[in-house]
Amino acid sequence: MTPKVEVRDLRVFFGGEEALRGVSLDIAANRILGVIGPAGSAKTTFLRALDRMNELKAGCRTAGRVLVDGEDVYGPACDPVALRKRVGMVFAMPVPLPLSIYENVVYGPRLNGVRNKAELDGLVEECLRAAFLWDEVKDRLGGSGLKLSGGQQQRLCLARTLAMRPELILLDEPCSGLDPISTARIEEALSLLKERHTIVLVTNNTKQAARASDETAFFLMGELVEMGPTGRIFTNPSDKRTEDYVTGRFG
Amino acid sequence: MKASSDAFVRRLLLAVACTTVLCLLVIAAFIFKEGLPFLLKVGPGNFLFSSDWRPDSGHYGILPMLVSSLYVTFGALLVGAPLGIAGAIFLSEFGPPALARVAKPAIELLAGIPSVVFGFIGVMVLAPIIRGAAGGPGLSILAASLVLGVMILPTIMSISIDALAAVPQSYREGALALGATKWQAVRMVVVKAAGSGLLAGTILGMGRAVGETMAVIMVAGNAVRMPRSVLDSGRTLTANIALEMGYATGMHRQALFATGIVLFVFIMILNGLASSALKRRAGKR
Repeated sequence: MTPKVEVRDLRVFFGGEEALRGVSLDIAANRILGVIGPAGSAKTTFLRALDRMNELKAGCRTAGRVLVDGEDVYGPACDPVALRKRVGMVFAMPVPLPLSIYENVVYGPRLNGVRNKAELDGLVEECLRAAFLWDEVKDRLGGSGLKLSGGQQQRLCLARTLAMRPELILLDEPCSGLDPISTARIEEALSLLKERHTIVLVTNNTKQAARASDETAFFLMGELVEMGPTGRIFTNPSDKRTEDYVTGRFG
Repeated sequence: MKASSDAFVRRLLLAVACTTVLCLLVIAAFIFKEGLPFLLKVGPGNFLFSSDWRPDSGHYGILPMLVSSLYVTFGALLVGAPLGIAGAIFLSEFGPPALARVAKPAIELLAGIPSVVFGFIGVMVLAPIIRGAAGGPGLSILAASLVLGVMILPTIMSISIDALAAVPQSYREGALALGATKWQAVRMVVVKAAGSGLLAGTILGMGRAVGETMAVIMVAGNAVRMPRSVLDSGRTLTANIALEMGYATGMHRQALFATGIVLFVFIMILNGLASSALKRRAGKR
């Protein structure tokens, strides 16, 4: 089976500094790839390179290739706006748009030109259910998304991303600010979502990667040290540095 | 020694602060003391809604001036608000950051140009153009609106730029990550998030337009009659006070103070609206 995403010698520079140093890996469809590594290991830079969000920062330059379904994301024919409609992203800080809960979810579909009220209503319920948020907010969909708790906001952001029906979902430490119960809800949602989506989960919490991901990639100082099935990475890593990290000896 | 000098500075600053507030109170008290008895004697209805202003024969209706003021103010807003907000959006969202760094101080400098200079340009350049292109006297409500519109640009722009800059970067990224184009993200998310700040800037610009006197006297024509179109000459409330204060006595003088009360109340309302809009923005975070 061809991989969903192929990354070849991906390098990202900020100013003169090389943040991501030649990463190559494949991401299989309908799997969850966990990306772990200490702070400053360029996990987030890697993730943001997949939907070209790095280039929003001034002075950023990217080299190498990222193929999503065989299409070169950095090729001249690729429109980043169209790309980001296929590739959803959830950020570390939950940032609902300053709109109602309902409007947050339908923001993306509306951009795509969906106007049918019944269709939007159905989408809102479906996505909020998939993000395990529906029961908590179904009576106040018109209320502001900013009034929700942190955990609810993050699930709202997940629902809003799902409403785009993205093939690939990128999550950047989605649970870093959340309590264990909210974290469990999100992980539960992810495990169901992988049936229809391919997921990349960047996390500072190695236990989360062990729990939630099928495969794990370990990044260090901008390089990919090792990648493999999650079970093997955590029990029998082939690189000494990976072993030190997953057993908590540093980082 | 250290502590006592500290206390001294604190008292000094307190005294200065009190003086400032006191000045405002004294001005307000003075205007009301001079104008209020007149307002009660003539009746606010007669004063505000009669269009007969002949102080020498005891007719004190400021409606033409009130209407001219409203015309000029809203005209200025029509010019200044779209330009100011659009300019602020361009500078903070689309323009290169280096441009914004240069442009913002330059815009604030524009606020420091004496209003007589704006008036002068209005008289020498704008009025002849209007006279030639649209007819009428040239010195008109339209001319005053255009000049004021430019004069309130710095207020609207600099407050709008601050409001847009205060929108967290994460809002923009959130919208862009959902596949919004830059313009969609700005229009649907950034402008909405900064909305109350943009409104506050517009209201403060409006306050400035209501209160401006010198430039308006120079370009509005100052005829005391009900303006029928924007090409007509008109006299605003502020212009009326400034033009007649020099020779007014007795009831006439009091009538001008009463005009001051009207302006005072108007500005207070506008500032109240602006600060409540700004507070609403702060509360949302």
